[in-house]
Amino acid sequence: MRYRLILKEVFIGLKTKDGHRFKVNIKRFFMGMKFTDGIVFKIGIYALLISLGYIYLYPMLYMISNSFMTMNDIISVNVRWIPSRLNWENYQLVWQEVNYPKALREAIILAGLPALAATFSSALIGYGFAKYRFPFKKMLMFLMIMTFIIPPQITMMPTFRMYASYGLLGSIRAFVYPAILGQGFNGAIFILIFYSFFKMIPKSLEESAQLDGASPFKVFTKIALPLAIPAIIIVFLFSFVWYYNETYLTGLFLRGSELSTLPLRIEAFINNYTSIYPEGSRARELMQAAKLAGNILALLPLLVLYFFTQRYFVESIDKTGITGE
Amino acid sequence: MKNTLITIQKLLGDTVYKAHEKLDAYVLKHVRKMTHKLTHNKLLNVSNSHIIIAQKFKIKITNKRREMAVGYIFISIWIVGYLIFALYPVFYSLYLSFFKVRLAGADIRLDFVGIGNYQAAFLQDPYFIEILINYVLRLALNVPVTIVFALIIAMLINQDIKAKGVWRTVFFLPVIISSGPVIAELMNQGATTLPTIENYQFIDLVINNVGVFLANPIQALFDQILLVLWFAGIQILIILAGLQKIDKEIYEASQIDGASPWEAFWKITLPSIMPLISVTLIYTVVSMSVFSLNEVIIYIRNIMLGESTPALTTGYGYSATLAWIYFFAMSFIILIFVGLIAVRGKKVRA
Repeated sequence: MRYRLILKEVFIGLKTKDGHRFKVNIKRFFMGMKFTDGIVFKIGIYALLISLGYIYLYPMLYMISNSFMTMNDIISVNVRWIPSRLNWENYQLVWQEVNYPKALREAIILAGLPALAATFSSALIGYGFAKYRFPFKKMLMFLMIMTFIIPPQITMMPTFRMYASYGLLGSIRAFVYPAILGQGFNGAIFILIFYSFFKMIPKSLEESAQLDGASPFKVFTKIALPLAIPAIIIVFLFSFVWYYNETYLTGLFLRGSELSTLPLRIEAFINNYTSIYPEGSRARELMQAAKLAGNILALLPLLVLYFFTQRYFVESIDKTGITGE
Repeated sequence: MKNTLITIQKLLGDTVYKAHEKLDAYVLKHVRKMTHKLTHNKLLNVSNSHIIIAQKFKIKITNKRREMAVGYIFISIWIVGYLIFALYPVFYSLYLSFFKVRLAGADIRLDFVGIGNYQAAFLQDPYFIEILINYVLRLALNVPVTIVFALIIAMLINQDIKAKGVWRTVFFLPVIISSGPVIAELMNQGATTLPTIENYQFIDLVINNVGVFLANPIQALFDQILLVLWFAGIQILIILAGLQKIDKEIYEASQIDGASPWEAFWKITLPSIMPLISVTLIYTVVSMSVFSLNEVIIYIRNIMLGESTPALTTGYGYSATLAWIYFFAMSFIILIFVGLIAVRGKKVRA
């Protein structure tokens, strides 16, 4: 709109042969003026955005396009981005081999239950830290942050032996029990999200409820929780995604059991398949596309989830004050 | 017909409602009785002003104490979880790092070696220190790159642009899809490096002019530039949230006073988001360091899962030692980065 106005001025300048008017407005159009960006600036921004966006999307596009390729397409120099035809065989192969619907159901349960438990517990803990004063609070919070900074690899072996002695290995309990006690994957981050969110709720709201005779737990469930819905959504989503994608610890804890996550199943399938064919054979080349198809199938649930909830993902970071002032 | 149905419905509803009410009253009565018995007995007697334990110890209930107790009740699940799941493994692994651990079937045998494992890591292990130094160098390069890119992208998205939602979706996508196997596969197939960068002989230029010592990390950076950028997802959002909280009027005022956008960036934007930058710094270092495809982690895991031989540089105890050295190196890097930012922040404010 603004540009159109400026352009109009430029034309008026041309028509009336008003050299000054023409010059000033041409300059305005390209370079902008105070509070308005010129077209050069705009173009620069979009060019940067598009090139960075390309870098970000490149692996994704690569995966999608290559997963549809036939063996000839992969080898051929002429085909780079667009496969000669949509080839669903790679998907069919993976779909059947890993029994996709069943594996998906299992993976969703395996990520969903711990995520629910983690959301519930971190809400309670975050509320406790945010709203009450008690001795050693600073120290406890420091310890909590340390659990995030210490790499899980340090504690992996003792944890493994400990879970074995509790009899948690090979079942979903190995994830739900720690999560319900606030020690799930990245539990500290979720507690901090709730902490900073509950900090933002004005104290007077709770005080008035207290004056009306509500117990602390009633205040929590009836006042704080309903206000914290954006935080609940974001913690659940993040937690779900991280549990779903976690392969290192999951692989360790579930080793030798029937349970497995989707990415792990697909990885296992790929390893099985590649070991059948000798190094350098053509069938093995073909596996490249099948592997990518497998990865896409593993990511598909998350992508679907993301496209339905991306609003919450990107907006609630704002609302939840994850930035931690 | 309709009327009779309605009356029946009403009657049924009434009876159900009454029964429900009676049941509620009954349950409530008993719950009250139970709680009364629990809080008014010889061991524990709770009144409005005092708690008497075992008829001897009298504790006055003050507002402060009540608040304390409720706070502890809220975080009690975390304390229990910390004691069960977090504290023991940390101390046990620290303890084991001073031992030579041999797994014999189901049980383990420990031989105390003092700081032998730590000495071995620095003196005997042929690879570890080199891998660690390489990693630290790479981190020193990758972390600023990640944060600068996050800053650039956040500032771009914060501009007045069309289809903001779409751009945010694109730049946040890596958070969703960057799982171990997927990235491993992309790396295998060489999709984490931009083909266009390799075409310009940039890396050769660096090797020729600066030397191999610096060129190696730089080459590694460009080999995995996409991975490095992919780590910036959450950081972008953190910085973006910070940018949106800066008051627009400050910019307008500075523009009226004749400040250029360049000056506004250094004098307004950067100082306001400085605390967030240290948050993103810590987050970046931690998330890169615990990432399962990181070479130090892989090396430690291989030692942990590998055969335990009489040599000192094998077995679980040794891998625990390595993990602790790694952890200290990581904390050291975080301290350096945060320290640098603090110094810089002071300068900006002064």
